[in-house]
Formats: sequence, structure tokens, C-alpha cells
Amino acid sequence: MKILSNNCGAPQHLSRRTLLCAAGLGGLAWLTPVAHWLGRAQETAPRGAPAKSVIMLWLAGGPSQLETFDPHPGKPIAAGTRAIKTSVKGMHLAAGLPRVAEVMDELTIVRSMVSEEGDHERATYNLKTGYRPVPALVHPSIGAVICHQLPGDGVDIPRHVSILPGQWPARGGYLGAGLDAFKVYGTIGRAANMTARVQPPRQKKRLEALRVIEQNFARGRRANLDEQTTLHNVTIKKALRMMSSEQLDAFDVSKAPVRTRATFGDTDFGRGCLAAIQLIKTGVRCVEVTLSGWDTHAGNHTGHATQNAILDPAFAALIRELRMRKMLDHTIVICAGEFGRTPKINRLDGRDHWPTGFSIALAGGGFRAGHVHGATDPSGESKEPDAPIKVAHIHGTVLHALGIEHDKEMMTPLGRPMALSKGKVISSLLR
Amino acid sequence: MTGPPPWQRNLLFVVVCLAGAGAVVSNLLQSDAMTPPREHRAGGYLQPAFRDVVERVDAEFAAHWKKEGKEPAPPADDLTRVRRLSLGLTGTIPSLQEIRAIEAQLDGERIQWWLSHLFEDRRTSDYLAERFARAYVGVENGPFLIYRRRRFVSWLSDEIHANRPYDEVVRSLITAEGLWTNNPEVNFVTVTIDPNDEDKKPDEVKLAARVTRAFLGVRIGCVQCHDDHLGDHWKQEHFHQLASFFGGTDMRLTGVRENRTNSYRFKYHREREERVVPPVVPFQPKLLPPNGDRRDRLARWVTHPQNRAFARATVNRVWALMFGRPLVEPIDEIPLEDSPENPYPPGLETLATDLIEHDFDLRRLIRVIAATRAFGLDSKVPEGRAPLSVKHDQHRAAFAFSRLRSEQVAGSILQAASLTAIDADSHIIFQLGRTIQQGDFIKRYGDVGADEFNSQGGTTTQRLLLMNGEMVLKRTEDNLVANAATRILATAHDDAAAVEAAYLAVLSRRPSLEESEYFVSALSRNDERGRKSKMEDLCWALINSTEFSWNH
Repeated sequence: MKILSNNCGAPQHLSRRTLLCAAGLGGLAWLTPVAHWLGRAQETAPRGAPAKSVIMLWLAGGPSQLETFDPHPGKPIAAGTRAIKTSVKGMHLAAGLPRVAEVMDELTIVRSMVSEEGDHERATYNLKTGYRPVPALVHPSIGAVICHQLPGDGVDIPRHVSILPGQWPARGGYLGAGLDAFKVYGTIGRAANMTARVQPPRQKKRLEALRVIEQNFARGRRANLDEQTTLHNVTIKKALRMMSSEQLDAFDVSKAPVRTRATFGDTDFGRGCLAAIQLIKTGVRCVEVTLSGWDTHAGNHTGHATQNAILDPAFAALIRELRMRKMLDHTIVICAGEFGRTPKINRLDGRDHWPTGFSIALAGGGFRAGHVHGATDPSGESKEPDAPIKVAHIHGTVLHALGIEHDKEMMTPLGRPMALSKGKVISSLLR
Repeated sequence: MTGPPPWQRNLLFVVVCLAGAGAVVSNLLQSDAMTPPREHRAGGYLQPAFRDVVERVDAEFAAHWKKEGKEPAPPADDLTRVRRLSLGLTGTIPSLQEIRAIEAQLDGERIQWWLSHLFEDRRTSDYLAERFARAYVGVENGPFLIYRRRRFVSWLSDEIHANRPYDEVVRSLITAEGLWTNNPEVNFVTVTIDPNDEDKKPDEVKLAARVTRAFLGVRIGCVQCHDDHLGDHWKQEHFHQLASFFGGTDMRLTGVRENRTNSYRFKYHREREERVVPPVVPFQPKLLPPNGDRRDRLARWVTHPQNRAFARATVNRVWALMFGRPLVEPIDEIPLEDSPENPYPPGLETLATDLIEHDFDLRRLIRVIAATRAFGLDSKVPEGRAPLSVKHDQHRAAFAFSRLRSEQVAGSILQAASLTAIDADSHIIFQLGRTIQQGDFIKRYGDVGADEFNSQGGTTTQRLLLMNGEMVLKRTEDNLVANAATRILATAHDDAAAVEAAYLAVLSRRPSLEESEYFVSALSRNDERGRKSKMEDLCWALINSTEFSWNH
């Protein structure tokens, strides 16, 4: 029986079910699992091969649904924002996203996202982890969950990456800081801190000197201190392997064809999207690419025009490129911010925070193509959209599409059982 | 949302470097003297009242080790303890200059002398304030218009620096009134306001959760939504009745005020309608004063000398700061009563009683803990003795390892490279350099946030940052501004002294015989340029060692 969960390096995170199975040898196991499996039988497994990885386009600050994926043209709440046709008949996007509109036939748009968090930090936590913040426990971001649950054989570089991280990059939470997203601040040239500062012969001497100090420190101390507690030399080995790996090239877009690069737009975010594809191709499980600047309490329309001009080519090129490389089927793309913005325009021509009835876009990896779910009130009066979907359910659905048991319970370091996601699988979003 | 843009930071750094060069030259010319602490009573720790409590704590630990069959590790040397104190109380390691001054003190007197020094050092109150603030208000910057975290922390630092009794400080927080700008303690209340809420009323539920966790070490917040199903005896009612003490806490143009007519209403789970919840404390109701404003009564109940939960929670938090992990884990979940199956850890009750008897004097508590045998234990055993195990850590029969926090690592790198203490008295330009570079480093190294005292192993990102990052390069390469390696070499009279100085500056200890031989022979085979790079290599290796990144 395999008791350790995959590839985590931290044996303390036994899944609760595995634990129960193990306990079952002593005659206890019939309790939870069977009832649980009976319940599961009704759920459909993902059709075809499950997805392998996730790219998250993180629109930090909270984009306005009305100026992106949920326009209400001609209505007072649109405040002049027009809609445009897309490649799917009868479906419209806001006028600022013409190129995304061309790939609408690959997207699922959820227009009825609801959450209870209206503060940037709390809402970001909520969107990235699928849980509301609670004291004394940090939940892992979805990328950390995926890395923890899916194997990572043959990948030397970090499998959870945050490109252009904002204020609250994805974290490993109770799964361990080792699964925090690896932060990348630029995608031209070699990734930062990956090159030794001295020539190889001198680096060798330095590592030899380090061994002398480490040997002295180990004397009289616990035999397995490194493996069990500090992971110091374990991580140095990993770091050295990373530094000499050819896979590092995946962080660098400067060698990509000029024409390909151009389609993503001449922006850091656009280059980040291209790097995300290269990284996923190398075996990275989750890449988050952040575009900040959506918090338009003042001058909403101008702010969104600027941001859309960056997002539009990058998002569209990302979908096209994944499709062309035949990677879209096994890569889930999520484009989301922490909440939407108020239908009402405030006195500064801005829109404020709106966590009820905001939009996110999803694509690839088993999600439906050319699909819209839910609707918001065109008058902007109602806070309750049609067919609302809670943030946790998106997490449940994405994990399910990756072939991960979304409701599997993990044991947190303080001994509290915690499901990977407490959301449901929304089958209607999947093919 | 974040700090200054990178180009600005870089520019600032260049300015700092250029201006700093002048400061260094004058530093080098200065003598090695360090101002001695103004108020140090030599032998103060020999007073019976002090010695008794230390001996009682020691006896409790000795009994515990005996019962568990764990022979404790031998005592650590003074410099190891000094390093622990500096990391715990100032967030950085002692400077070479400070180490020299400590070593000049009498045997047996050094630890308490060093504490006298640290208590007068502004770095201590600043750092303790930041660590306490994490429990009081978290790390977020919160609703900006009505909340100023920096003001709050600097107020707290002033209180700690003045050694105001801890119970008074806590009462000020709970009863704070007025504007968050004029009365910085009010930020404890205003941080809970949801800026999107139209009434902008402080959040009773968040305040009740903070008060119980931070001041009483009780996690009653879990029953906010439903009764506890995990076996504790808390009911949803307990929590909301406590929250009700904040029912009259209102926000007006003049700031936070008590509104006597307001009351707290809540709709309980499985009930259909909201109802008024009366203010009732969850335990020891006799200690609640019958009269006064609600928050005032609550504050007096929380800090009542007979409310031992308060003293225990305080001891546990101070212990955690000094050891890198609390006596009772998790830090804010201390049982209200002990039982034969689940006894309190050794020391907890004795230290709590001593704290109450000495008017919640945090300095005394720190001095007592620093004098205990448990604090002074080594994390290693001499050759020939049975090896240590994780069990020794668990039973505190050896000093347990805890990973340095990002600001401790950053502070230690900069401190190691500067030789003299970077403190409030040092040149403002160094201060500036320290803050900017620390901020950048912490962003990459990863701050643990409000999630304190979890000692997970290090990460690959952290190793890459220390092996190849800008900050370590700047601190070790041939650079006149802030470079220990170069300066040590320039001033040490021989190679052995240079190697020793590097070890003291970075690891706060002397090299072992093998280490000394290895590095001295590496130095001696080189010309001057070669020696410089050997010295840089040594500093690089020291900074990249386990020993540097962990408290041990």
C-alpha cells in the first residue's frame, strides 16, 4: 500500500483517507471510505485524459465585469461601454477585448461568480485557495495543491511559478513553504539568482568550504537533522541541480520567434504569458501571471482601456499558441481577479468593489468551449446573479478536471483534517 | 500598493553607497568602545526573589526530563545564548564589536549584562513591537483611511521601551478611543473596520477573536458560526456574548467612541431572528467588574491578576519570541485548566505567577527565562554521549531548532557585514540602506506573515537567494562600503585572527580547530588579491551554512 502522498518531500501530510486505509489494517477502515465511495459513484470522471497543468492570468485589483466579460450595452450601468460580437454567435464581450472575442469559441465565461470577500487581500486569498481566510491556518493556493497531488518526475525547475507577482503571490500554505510559487520578476534572459556569482572552479571551492562548516555543525547534533528538520543541504542540492538545468531556458522568452512574441504584445505581461507556455511545456504544473492595475475606484473606463490593451493580445495569443501547440487539451487557463466592480459609477467616474456577480474566464483542459454560464441583472439592482457559482466550486471543478479527488482530506500540521477543496464539481462547465 | 519602483530603489542604493563610504572611513577610525548599559545592576540576578523563581522553573524541567527519561543537553556557551537573545529580541545577530564588549564582562554576568544593554537599545522595543503587533493587528496594511499600522507599531514600541506594565498596555488597546492618528492605540480597533461597510463600524466579532487569541490564549473564535464539534466546551453563545462587549464601540468623525445605547445583535445558528446578545464573559464571571463601560469592564476582566489565562498567554508569547517556538502549541490555544492527561508544560504556571506578582513586568519575565537552564541548553552533545533525538526537542531537553524569519536573515546578513552594531544610534544612511535592502530581500525570501512560529524547513528559493542573490554578493564582494571580508582582512593582525573575526561576525562563535586550520591554510597560500577572494569565499560559505539560517 502506498501511504505517502505523491512527491511532496514532507511525509507529515498523509491524506486522511490513506491514513484511514492504513488504519484499516487494524480493522477500522470500513467506516468512512465506503460511504464516501458510494457517494462518489454518481460523479462523472473527467472525460478523456485529465488536464495536467494550469495557467492563471491574475488580474489584481478586481477587473470590472462590465468592461470585460459581462457587458450590458445600452443600459445605464454600462456607462457607455459597448459590446462586440465574438466568434460564437450570440455571445458578446466588452469592446475592449477584440482579440479575445476572436477566441471566444475556446472559452467558458462564468458571469455569476459570488464570494463574501470584498477586501483585496481576503478576496485574493479566497480566489487563489478556494477558502475564506481563517485565523491560525493558511490554505494552499491551487497551484500548490496541484504540485502536491500530481507527480513531478524529471522536472528540475520549480513546478509552481508566479510571474510578475503582485502583493500576495500564491503560497504553499499548510502544504509547506516549499510549494510557495517561485517568483519571477522578468522573462528576458536567465532567471534571477540562478547563476553562481563566481566561476566554476571557485564555486567548487566555496561549496567545499561550506562542507567544512556543515560537518562541524553536524557534530554532536541530531543525525537526521537535515532531512527531518532543516532541509538545508537537501535544498542546496536541489538549487544546484536547478542552476545547471537546461530547463531554465523555459523562463526566457528572448529566444522565441520574433513574430510569436509580437502577438503577445510588447508588455511584461504578454512576455509572461509566453513564458508560461514554455514552462508548462517543460513540466511545470502551475504558472500564475499577474497583471495589476484593475482597482479603478477613480476613472474606471480609462483605467480599463489601458489594462485591456495589455490583457487582450496576451490572453488571445496564449489561447491560440496553446491550441497550435496542441497543449490546450491538457492545460487549464483561468483568467480572474479577486472580485468585480460595482454596476453603479461613483462620483469619481470609478467603480468600487463588487464580490457578487463578477466574471471569470476559463479555457482548455476539459472546460467547455464557447460557453457562457450565468447572468447578472442588467439594471444592476440585484446582488444575486442567475445560476450563481461560489469560488470554492471553481476550485472543486478545476481539481476534478485535473483528475484530482477534489474533496480528499489532508491532515494539516496541527492535526486538523481539511479537504483540498470544499467546493462541488460543476459538471455543466465541463465537456 | 507596494514600495518605490525598482529604479528608484536602485538609485537610492547608489546614493546610500556613495554617502556611506564617508561614514565607513570615520567608523574605522573610531575606537572599539561600545556605550555600556546605563542601568545595569551587577549581580541583580543573584537576588533571592529572582534566583528562587529560576530555580523553581529549573526543578520543574528537571523533574519532567527525569520522568520522560531524557538526559538534557549540556549548557551552551555564552555567545550561543547571546545570539539567541539578539535574534529573539532585536531580530538580528550581535555585531563583532558587541561580542568583544560582552566577552569583556565577568563570567556568569554576561547574559544579564547583555539584556541590560538590549533593554536600552531601541532596536529591541521596535522589534518586539513588530512581533507583538502581528498578534494584535496582523500584517496587513488594512483600511488605509482609518488605520495606520506604522503608528500603531511605533506607539507600542514606545510603551515597551518605557517598560510600561503589560496589563496596562493591553487595557489601553481594548479601551482605546479617539482618532487613529492622535491615539495610535485606536488602530487596534479601527483595523477591524470593513471599508466597504456603509456604517464603518468596528467589527465586534473580529475584536472578540483578537482579544481571546492574542491576550488570553484561547481560541474561542472557531465557534463564531456554530457550536464546537471538536470536543471543546465552547458554545457559540460564549463567543457572541464576548463580542457584545464591543457592541457599543462606534466610529464617528471624532474617531472611536463608546455609544452606550447601542447593543450587539446576532442571529444564532438554527434560530430565525436576530436578538440582542448580552455582554457576558466566557469564564471566571466573578472577576468582571459590575460597573462601567462595556469595554472598560472587559479590559479589567482580561487583565485581572486572578485571570491566569492572561498571564499564561503572555508567558507563552514571550517564551516563543525567545525560543522560536512557544511552550504550549499552538501559541494561542492554552487550556484553561490542566489535567493529569494533559498537564501544563513545566515552567508555565510558575512563570505566570511570577509575572502577576511583579506587575506584568515583561523585562523581568525575559530576564528570568534567559536565566533558566532550559534556555541555556545546547543543541548538541559532546562526543561519546548518547545522540540527541527529536524527542529531546519535544521535551525541551535540548534547545530546539527554529528557522530564522526572513527579516532575521536579512538583518543578520547586513549586521554580519557591518562589524559595528547597526542600531538607532548608527548613521542614518546605514539605517536607510538596511530598510530598503531588507524589504527587497524579504519579498523574495518570503515573509511568514501573521503565521508565526511554524518551523518548516528552508526552501530552494531561499537557498538560491542566499547563494546567488544580490544582497549576499554586495555584502561579501570587494566593496569598501559595507564589506566585512575586506575590512577584517585589512585590520586583523594575522590570518588566524582574520578567520576568527569572520566566524564571530557571521556565526557569533569561534572556529573549531579543524575549521581554523582549513581556512588559515587556504588564506596563506595566496597573494593579497587571492587572500581577498578567499576571505569573500569564507564569508559566502558562512552565510550559506545551516548554522547561519537557524536559531539553535
